[in-house]
Order: sequence, then C-alpha cells, then structure tokens
Amino acid sequence: MTSPLQQKIKITGPSVVTANRTWDGIVVYRDGKRGWTPDLADAAIVRTADDARALLAESAADDVVAIGPYIAPVIVKDDGAIEPGNLRERIRRKGVTIDLPIPA
Amino acid sequence: MYAYDEMDRTLVNERVSEFRDQVKRRLSGELTEDEFKMLRLMNGVYLQLHAYMLRVAIPYGTLSAPQLRKMAHVARKYDRGYGHFTTRQNIQFNWIKLSDLPDALEDLASVGIHAMQTSGNCVRNVTTDQWAGVAPGEVEDPRIWAELLRQYSTMHPEFTYLPRKFKIAITASDHDRAAIKVHDIGLRILNNEAGETGFEVLVGGGLGRTPFIGKVIKPFVHGRDILSYVESILRVYNQYGRRDNIYKARIKILVHELGIEKFAAEVEEEWQVTRESALQLDDEVVADIRARFRYPGYEALSDTPDELTAASADPQFTRWLKNSVAAHQQKGYAIVTLSLKPIGGPPGDATAEQMDAIADLAEKYSFGEIRVGHEQNLALPNVAKRDLPALWRQLDKLGLATPNVNLITDIIACPGLDYCSLANARAIPIAQELTRRFANHDLADMIGRLHINISGCINACGHHHVGHIGILGVEKNGEEFYQITIGGRADEGAVVGTLIGPAVPYDDVANVIEDIVESYLALRARPDELFVQTVERLGVEPFKERVYATR
Repeated sequence: MTSPLQQKIKITGPSVVTANRTWDGIVVYRDGKRGWTPDLADAAIVRTADDARALLAESAADDVVAIGPYIAPVIVKDDGAIEPGNLRERIRRKGVTIDLPIPA
Repeated sequence: MYAYDEMDRTLVNERVSEFRDQVKRRLSGELTEDEFKMLRLMNGVYLQLHAYMLRVAIPYGTLSAPQLRKMAHVARKYDRGYGHFTTRQNIQFNWIKLSDLPDALEDLASVGIHAMQTSGNCVRNVTTDQWAGVAPGEVEDPRIWAELLRQYSTMHPEFTYLPRKFKIAITASDHDRAAIKVHDIGLRILNNEAGETGFEVLVGGGLGRTPFIGKVIKPFVHGRDILSYVESILRVYNQYGRRDNIYKARIKILVHELGIEKFAAEVEEEWQVTRESALQLDDEVVADIRARFRYPGYEALSDTPDELTAASADPQFTRWLKNSVAAHQQKGYAIVTLSLKPIGGPPGDATAEQMDAIADLAEKYSFGEIRVGHEQNLALPNVAKRDLPALWRQLDKLGLATPNVNLITDIIACPGLDYCSLANARAIPIAQELTRRFANHDLADMIGRLHINISGCINACGHHHVGHIGILGVEKNGEEFYQITIGGRADEGAVVGTLIGPAVPYDDVANVIEDIVESYLALRARPDELFVQTVERLGVEPFKERVYATR
C-alpha cells in the first residue's frame, strides 16, 4: 500500500492532520507543538500543500503516540473557531449521530 | 454445545499471551504500526472512526450461557455496555482500548471464545444455519462439519495469507438460512442415493463491490473428501488469485474470469493429488467430532400444552407466537427468535444487561444454549412449548419480543459511517427511521415477509445486494445519497437485486421505501404474494415509475 507520504497532496482550503491515539484509539489532531491534541481548536492549521506535506511527515514520524495520520479539511469561522470540513470528520469529532444503547 | 478439549484451550490461551506481548511492544514503540497492524488484525482488532473495534467469533453461531455472560462482562468492563451482533455470526465491541484488549481476550478465553481469524486474509469464522441441530428436516447437524473445517483451517500455515479473506458457510436444510450462495464456498449437506452424507459445493459467491451468486462446482462430494476438496479450492485460489489488485482479489473474480468449468478443472487436477492424502476423513474422526456435540435431554412433551392454549387468548402473545416461534425437530419444543430490532433501535445491538438476562433465560428455558443468526437476531433453540408464555413475558420486559422477525422492520444494517472507517454514509439512522415508519405491526403483518438490508458503503457488510429491498449509501459532493435495489434474495433462490434508478438523498430514503411498499401493496396479485415474488413477476419498472414520477 502506498504510504500517505508518497501520495500526491492536494488541499483546497484550510486543513489539519488527524489520526487516532495508539493506546485507546480516540481521535486526535496534530498541534503546533509537535504533539497531539484531542481538541480540534488546538490543531495546527495548514493552507498550502507544502505545509500539509511537512505536517503530515512530522506526524507520521511520531508513530508511537498516534496512528494512521491523514490530512482532513476544516472550516475556519470568522471568529476563528475551527469546524470539521466534511461529514466523516464531523462524526469523528462529535461522535456517533445516534443514541447509544447505553449513554456514554 | 461442542466440548472443547485441553488442546483447544491451550491454543487459545497461548494466542492471548502472544498478543499481550505484541500489544506491550506496540505501546512501548518497539513495534511500529506497520509491523503491528497485521498482528492485531489476526486477533480481530480493527481501528474504526472513534476507537478500536474487537470482533469476536461465535463459531457456527452457537453460544453457551456462560459464554454470553462473558461477552456481557467484556461489554461492561472494557467497552460501553453493549455489543453488536454482525451478519457473520460475530460480535463486535466498538469502543475498546488497545491497552485493555489482552485482558478482554483473556477473559473471553476463559470460556473458550476467541477472535482469531475474524479478520485478515485467511479462512474466516465458518458459519451455518442458526437453527442447526434443531431445524426440522435438516439432513444432519451442519455444525459437525463446520467444526471440522474450523479445526482444519485454524492457523493453517498455507492459508494464513490468501489473496484476500475467505468465507465458508454451510447449510443442511432445503431452506437456506446461512446465505451459502453469497459466500466464497457454500456447502449444502445432502445424502446421495446410497444414503451417504456429502456436500453440494458452490464456489465464487460474494457481495461487495462486485456481487456474484455462487456457482455449483461439484454436485456431490462425499463427506470423507470434503477437507481435501476445500483444500484443493483454496490451493487453486491461493495460486491464481489476484494479489495485484485488492478489488479483484476475491475468489469470485477468479471464478468469473476463468469461468466455472476451467476453475473446476484446475480444482479437480489438484484434488487428484490431495484426495488420497491425510486429509481424507476416517469415519472415527467424524464420529469423534459428532460425539463432542452435547445435545439436550429432551422430555416427552405435548405439542399443545395447557399453558399455550390458555395464553392464546392474548392477541399480543399470539402475534409473537406466529412471528417469532418456529417448529422444532422434537415434539413439544420450539425455536424462539429474539428480535434485536426494536422499533427505533440500532439493528443487532444488545446491552450487557440484555445479554446477562438472555443467558439466564437460556439456562431456564433452553438447556443453556443461544444461537446467533446472520440476520443479526438471537435465538433460543430448545424451548418447551409449555414455557412459551412465561418466556414471552420476560422477553417482552427486556425489549426482545418485538414481533417483527422477517418483516419489514427486521432490518439488517452495517455500522455505517457512525462507526466504520470504510463507510461513505450512515446506515443505522436510516434503519431506525424505517422502523418508525413501519412501526405498526398490523401494517407490517399485512406487508408480509420483506427484508430490507442496508450498507454504508460498497463493501456490502449490510448485504444490500441480496435484500428484498437493498439500500446502499454513497457519497456525492460531500453529501450522503442512497442507491435502492429491489428483488434481491439471500436464500436458496439467491439473486442480486436490481437498481431502480438514481440515488436519493438521506432525508428522502424512508419516503422512497414507503413508495415502493405502497406500490407493492397495490400491485401484488394476492395477499400472500411476497414482495420479491411481485418484483420477480413484474420487474422493477412499476416501482421505478412510482419512485421517480415526482422526483
């Protein structure tokens, strides 16, 4: 399988790098301090393909803490708030769209 | 129930110890994810959208009460208090932490349950009719042969890295409840003219991106030769399967591209080498496996006990009786299906509390045995008819007596985009909305047998191709859309459904299904003509016209 770093990177707007935390699998985002955060508000935002490639490379190198990093679109609101850029990422951030049999 | 021996227990326990070490090395960074991924997949551990998912095998869909209680324990201790029963006689835990997985697997191993070969390019959990051993008219208990295949294929070094995953299903009844025609190998047990047990062997069935109905490769393979014949199929597939293209790697593509005659010739040539080998089954070996299945000590009971007669005055009970209770091989007993499809609920989910309660009921009413079917329901296979009213009252309190088995709200659905990293669209909310639309049981009864199957992506875990109505989620410009097929079947008359037209948006799916059902009610030749029969008689055009006339 082609490594994410070997794939052609094309972004159409502000983006983040997201992954799942290794020990428990929760959704995390690459922050601007070479670490991971579960809070999208603290994620590093990239706006060019070169920056996205660099952030993804740095994230993939940090294989112990988080796995499966990839670039995901986000929407940056006028007030600076960051929201996921598609349905999949909205579900990853906010959780399932159904009531769980046992409330979390 | 099958009685595992010390060798089985040792194998499962050693596997847990190995995996504990692998997880430890992964968490310390000694193993990279690339190195670890195959190891976790071989133990049923996937990474989903929000968390790891553990898929646990339920061989041939048979569980003991202690095993189900242990699943409840795992759900409660390591997950979020529930589990999800799948279309391949597995249970999935959706929120489990990698660091907890070795302990969870150790707890499951204490009752002989494991997650081996629930993922990876190997022979997966061998499935059967969930009514095996109790269904009237079956040739033989198919679990005997499923167990032989399980033992043969478990950790088989030659077939651990096949071109792609490989699924085998077995039935021994005329009515196929195991969907054998949409498996890589489908086996139908039958007797030859001499009264000997053997198999009709089908190959190359499957769903996913390119659905195919399995083709008969051999009309009769004697029971003693079944392992060598299956091995010959696996060897031909292992040699010629498309490892260069994941989308063309399943055996169905190979069979399609070679043609069944050429594929069969290759298998036959291979079989001449393997047939007289150690794989030939002695009668004693089969007898030994057969003897390890413990059957209940049935009593001589009446088919019309007073308790049943008295309860028949209650219309709610009689509705459930008609819908969820099936005939049994033994006089005075019945098979009871427990619907995991409550109105407005996610299909196939059971809480830890429900699992514990079902285990208690199984011990009280079903000789401690529970079955898991590919339609994502459970069954108690050995219920005395005199106990049916008491059982129904308790199931009703637990939310497990919805009288919708095989009706329009008995929907198969994959986890979809709410959980699955492969999905393009949600499946569960669609199912929930449809159950609300058709919540009226009188209406569902009037519609009759109608299977709706929903998949959140082309991988077709929700078996949409073979739903009487199939719903496939796709993504278009960032929005969820759904393709609708009709006329599919998964039984002995298996057929892939026909697409009726362009995909419809999320909010319109339930309206479309209502239109299709209304058309059927208007078009059916008589009240007992099933939906699939009407589609077979008239084709998709009348339904297509109705759905797209105003869209």
